Amino acid sequence: MSSALPPDDFERRLIIATQAGLPLVPRPYDVLAEQLGVDAALVKTRLAAMLQGGRIRRIGAVPNHYALGYTANGMSVWDVDDARIGELGEAVGHLDFVTHCYERPRALPDWPYNLFAMVHGRDRDTVLAHVEEIATLLGAACRARDVLFSSAILKKTGLRIGGDG
Amino acid sequence: MNAPSSASSRRPPPAVLDELDRRIINALQGGFPISDEPYREVAAQLGTTEAELLARLQRLLDARVLTRFGPMFQIERLGGRFVLAALAVPEERFDEVAAAVNALPEVAHNYRREHRLNMWFVLATETPDGIAAATARIEAATGLPVFAFPKLREFFVDMRLKA
Repeated sequence: MSSALPPDDFERRLIIATQAGLPLVPRPYDVLAEQLGVDAALVKTRLAAMLQGGRIRRIGAVPNHYALGYTANGMSVWDVDDARIGELGEAVGHLDFVTHCYERPRALPDWPYNLFAMVHGRDRDTVLAHVEEIATLLGAACRARDVLFSSAILKKTGLRIGGDG
Repeated sequence: MNAPSSASSRRPPPAVLDELDRRIINALQGGFPISDEPYREVAAQLGTTEAELLARLQRLLDARVLTRFGPMFQIERLGGRFVLAALAVPEERFDEVAAAVNALPEVAHNYRREHRLNMWFVLATETPDGIAAATARIEAATGLPVFAFPKLREFFVDMRLKA
């Protein structure tokens, strides 16, 4: 996290102008430039720099899992040997049904798990079969595990920058 | 538009998509060009027209098949923080606690999950200090201890979902 640098004024305005989405018009960056009162070349240069520097992960579409039929969502959690979590976490992250994979702190005694891998599938049995694949991959390095299915979305918005969202 | 959906459980039925819709969704989960006429470039790659692509994207957004189309900012690189957190909510208090948690603008996502820790949410703040403040507000509002699970390490994943 050493490379974290807060957005400068222009980046902040760019984030606010695009956080609802990119304009669906033939020349979207021109429209943004007009909104921001700058040249389109500046908008494109800065966006490209933010993408290059990892300040933008990617530009594109965010699908709704449920609308695509991925109605089952299981958060699989694992108590993995600390000495091996780096190597095993990388391997789990590369499985194509894992959409997020993180090492997180345990909260003992309530929560012994330190590896979180989100698994999406078209039904619960598919998710459980994927979880078994993860278990096989982890082998003896895994001491305990669980999978928490989501039963309701209570809120889904995302970070809103700008203060009045 | 990134429509807010803080209402209770919202699970649209699987959408009816044709082959071009699927190709658009599969092709556009990243790599959108930064150029004068980016939609025209992408349309050419997909074998369709710019007008058709724009109309389809609008329709997919309106139908909430896509929740958003645009740049995805890496908030942590911009100085912000995301933290996963959980509560063990007594069943009889679930709705009341959900309302209290969802009322905080820092709560970006909130899911009910089947476990003793039955409420899992993501706190998203523009600065690192915001997380502790949000956690304290949730504990004060609910009287329940917040279990915070900040990420120690992120493992690479290919987040694309196949339509």
